[in-house]
Amino acid sequence: MGITIDEVNKIALLARLDMTEEQAASCATQMDTILAYMDTLNELDTSSVEPMYSPVDHVSVFRDDNVVQTTSREAILGNAPEEDGRYFIVPKIV
Amino acid sequence: MASLHTHTLTQIRNLLASGEVTAQEATRDCLERIQTTEPHLHAVLFRNDEQALEQAQAMDKQGPNPQQKLWGVPILLKDILATQGMPTTCASKILQNFTPCYDAHLVTRLKEQGAIILGKNNLDEFAMGSSTENSAQGSTRNPWNLDHVPGGSSGGSASSVAACQAFASIGTDTGGSIRQPASFCGIVGLKPTYGRVSRFGLIAYGSSLDQAGPLTRTVEDAAIILSVIAGHDPRDSTSVNTPVPDYVAGLSAMKDLSGVRIGMPREYWGKGLAPEVAEACTRAMDTARQQGAEIVPVSLPHTSYAIATYYIIAMAEASSNLARFDGVRYGFRDKDAQDLLEMYTKSRSQGFGDEVKRRIMLGTYVLSAGYYDAYYKKAAQVRRIIREDFLKALQSCDVLGGPACPTTAFGLGQNTDDPLQMYLTDIFTTSLNLTGLPGLSLPVGVGRDSGLPVGLQLFGAGFQEERLLAIAHVLEQAMDPLPRPQGIEDVLK
Repeated sequence: MGITIDEVNKIALLARLDMTEEQAASCATQMDTILAYMDTLNELDTSSVEPMYSPVDHVSVFRDDNVVQTTSREAILGNAPEEDGRYFIVPKIV
Repeated sequence: MASLHTHTLTQIRNLLASGEVTAQEATRDCLERIQTTEPHLHAVLFRNDEQALEQAQAMDKQGPNPQQKLWGVPILLKDILATQGMPTTCASKILQNFTPCYDAHLVTRLKEQGAIILGKNNLDEFAMGSSTENSAQGSTRNPWNLDHVPGGSSGGSASSVAACQAFASIGTDTGGSIRQPASFCGIVGLKPTYGRVSRFGLIAYGSSLDQAGPLTRTVEDAAIILSVIAGHDPRDSTSVNTPVPDYVAGLSAMKDLSGVRIGMPREYWGKGLAPEVAEACTRAMDTARQQGAEIVPVSLPHTSYAIATYYIIAMAEASSNLARFDGVRYGFRDKDAQDLLEMYTKSRSQGFGDEVKRRIMLGTYVLSAGYYDAYYKKAAQVRRIIREDFLKALQSCDVLGGPACPTTAFGLGQNTDDPLQMYLTDIFTTSLNLTGLPGLSLPVGVGRDSGLPVGLQLFGAGFQEERLLAIAHVLEQAMDPLPRPQGIEDVLK
């Protein structure tokens, strides 16, 4: 199939990853090889097979809507790279 | 008392319960073992010495508690399990300063049962790898031969347990990450049925595949740990609410293998298998036959599609799970970025290692518009076909048996330049994660060419760990035990 550098750059943008031109070229080659291997699945006719997304049958789990204190704001903010004691701080957006 | 660390978990537990050994003695002995072996193994990322000794001291004051299954037993945890007040880095630069404010569910269970957490084990970054060479903190070594990998991604856990740094470690298995390193290091590794152990607090890689389980030196030790960590947790909607049997009692209920049918999947015993692995595993099957088991040929015809299926699903799920690492709420942040998008991109690009980025890229690709049906949906369909193969084979057998890996532990650096070649080493383990069924790797000998351990993999029906453990236990008792790993002892001389 052949993944182009432009496609790699588009995927990198979606994945929020930065790449140099050299890295993008090497990534394209590796993706090509790996995806070619994955294309072997096309040998199988799966037209009548229901996809299986999980080994357990998911059922909606309901619980009472009770507020429970599980942790403190302080503990959660404690791992933030930048915070003001109340909120996470990020670079200015507007 | 010298060399407590060479005991099995079962033995130390009995010595602790009877008061012959104190929790402090057991803890100190393991910590000293870690101190002497770590410069050569690099299996531990964080040492919890001070807290562990304080906890042991407090427990000794109270005396042994017969209600606690792991009273005073020192253990380690793979550094992908959330531990309150202890760093949880996933061996990634992006989480190098992260300390969770909660414990994973299974960590709470272990603590409730009196286990002493000695620290956190090295792994492939975010559990992505088969050799523990993808750790941002550097590779772990195999205690049998320090020039070889311990396997991965729970390579730190396997290396630690084989080298007697602790009596058990908890690993996680997404595509074989408990069973393959257990095989490479000559110990027991159990991947429970998906849903048997809560994933709450297990930092997600491939959510529909990940399952935590024990790495131990004996089958009985694995049964004890599983009896502690298994069970329903309402905080994990995929955690299944079925009763937890007494796994240890289940072991003594089975004396031999008469009436047991073990299936030999044709696809696991043919081409590509190293002769020394085939030899050791065949010997183990012969032992099973001598113990009364009936060995029957079976087929898992879609085995050759498992790796492609597994990696599509794992990478798709990884790209989605790892989107949370954006430098906003925790983890590494690039400080120079001028706007939000630049901050996300620079933080992630600097924080993640090459293999993680490769999987995020491939995962994003297979989920992107135009390719979803061709890759992700297709893989999910093949996943069902693979599961049906297993269910069909298990209709006529109690368990299936085959090698855990096609070779013994490979050399450090041997596969690092070729990601596809590295993925192909997981051929015998990945299928099981797709199906959700349980599997166990049992050490069955040392390869005659490499001098490194060989693991036999046994897999069974869903939630039938009791039978799997009992069969493995009979086999373990009937075979010669492996010698202790000599590589680490040689450098300590």
